[in-house]
Amino acid sequence: MTTLPTSTDKKLGLVIDLDTCVGCHACVVSCKGWNTENYGAPLSDQNAYSGAASGTFLNRVHSYEVQPADKAAQLIHFPKSCLHCEDAPCVTVCPTGASYKRVEDGIVLVNEKDCIGCGLCAWACPYGARELDAEEKVMKKCTLCVDRIYNTNLPEEDRQPACVRTCPAGARHFGDLGDPDSDVSQLVAERGGFDLMPEQGTKPVNKYLPPRPKDVEPEFDILAPYLEPIATDGKGFVGWLDKALSALPGGAK
Amino acid sequence: MHPAPSVIIFTTFSGLGFGLLFWLGLDTTAPTGWVAFVFFAIAYLMAVGGLIASTFHLGHPERALKAFSQWRSSWLSREGIAAVFTLLIMALYGAGLVFFGAQWSILGWLGALGALATVFTTSMIYTQLKTIPRWNHWTTPALFLTLSLGGGALLSGRVTLAMLLLLAAAAVQIAAWYFGDSRLKDSGTSLASATGLGGIGEVRAFEPPHTGTNYLLKEFVHVVGRKHATQLRLITLLLAFAVPIAILLLGVNHVTALLAVVSHIAGVLCLRWLFFAQAEHVVGLYYGKR
Repeated sequence: MTTLPTSTDKKLGLVIDLDTCVGCHACVVSCKGWNTENYGAPLSDQNAYSGAASGTFLNRVHSYEVQPADKAAQLIHFPKSCLHCEDAPCVTVCPTGASYKRVEDGIVLVNEKDCIGCGLCAWACPYGARELDAEEKVMKKCTLCVDRIYNTNLPEEDRQPACVRTCPAGARHFGDLGDPDSDVSQLVAERGGFDLMPEQGTKPVNKYLPPRPKDVEPEFDILAPYLEPIATDGKGFVGWLDKALSALPGGAK
Repeated sequence: MHPAPSVIIFTTFSGLGFGLLFWLGLDTTAPTGWVAFVFFAIAYLMAVGGLIASTFHLGHPERALKAFSQWRSSWLSREGIAAVFTLLIMALYGAGLVFFGAQWSILGWLGALGALATVFTTSMIYTQLKTIPRWNHWTTPALFLTLSLGGGALLSGRVTLAMLLLLAAAAVQIAAWYFGDSRLKDSGTSLASATGLGGIGEVRAFEPPHTGTNYLLKEFVHVVGRKHATQLRLITLLLAFAVPIAILLLGVNHVTALLAVVSHIAGVLCLRWLFFAQAEHVVGLYYGKR
């Protein structure tokens, strides 16, 4: 049924650290690599070698420039995939029952054999987490690597989502966000983790950690004041030159 | 939103078809024999044709039967059930009128109720989406219902009712545009809330996640036709409402009635194109677009 469970035993999800992410897109590549050859239909590409390439991805990394009022601009890399919402609007709109949220761990999945490819779940998702595969014509989304995290054929250190396993910066964390004592819950509490678009009422399980405030660098170079390139006091030779050049016809004042 | 022709054709024609079925079901002096046959044929061509068109945008139409299963939660599923129920009931009612000259009124009332429910459930598919603030408003079901009833009255030759309902639909459409233009802004969803970075400062999309396009941009960020929105709105008001109402006021014969219907259909097609093309999905914010 596409009605949502009232509660789930666990709330498995990701915590993404916007302070640490370097925007390398390794999670995007490992996600596509794992998910194109495992759970469900492969993730196809269209015109992969032409100028108009496009394809299905379950995880994408945006980059945003944030301009504080009185400080230098910051560049923040922003990975985005399914947030496995507690109140997932993509599940309830599904007419066939293909979309569902698991009671045991809260993972939102698509049963591709029941998917008619109507696209309504992608319309209902505010995060752009669902993409209709242009080749297979079924809805694709992040499975939280459900075929890795419980897979006893894999060594224990590999039993986490491919994106988390591959992140070279340690910017992605996986765990049970329903357990307040779990590492991920502690991290969220400590760093002030937040929801995306809270006003949409989706109650996302995945959390984002904000960039840490920038350090203010202390002045440590004793020669720096003597190397100021521009005279602002109008004294000495530079001051005379400034006045002399300004006095010429058309000179800058 | 991408204005897919299949969905525009579906909402336009099935709206008109079910509107006509509604009035046929309630008609106390319903036509019989060949006249009834023509009316029901037109209604079924539009309603069923529209429903078939809607399956063209499905990735796997061969599994469409599964869509009747989730009526507890899904408006799309409820719509499918309401449509099939109405078409079956009205087929019996129509058969009575066409072949036996008998009016089984209870079936007619049930069918009229079903037609209303079908149009309402269709509108709720769009209205329920918080992700598209322009649609997430009372004007969406109000517009679908008044258009369907007005168009149905026009098709079934109810002159006064058609004029009143088309006037009401025009008023609702103007209200929908008026409120709709600020719905995204009023929803409180912005790039700042989408990224959660608004507390630091002004957020700007610096670099998209990929060099090419993707499904999300094709489906949800349609900007091509928006620049002609004002002209298209005027054309809509003229064709869908002003011309048919003027013809009805001047008095109708078979030729001018056909003209009124054709003008109305062209206007509603234009209206629906705008309904999709102008709708902003909040996912566009992540791409610095709307």
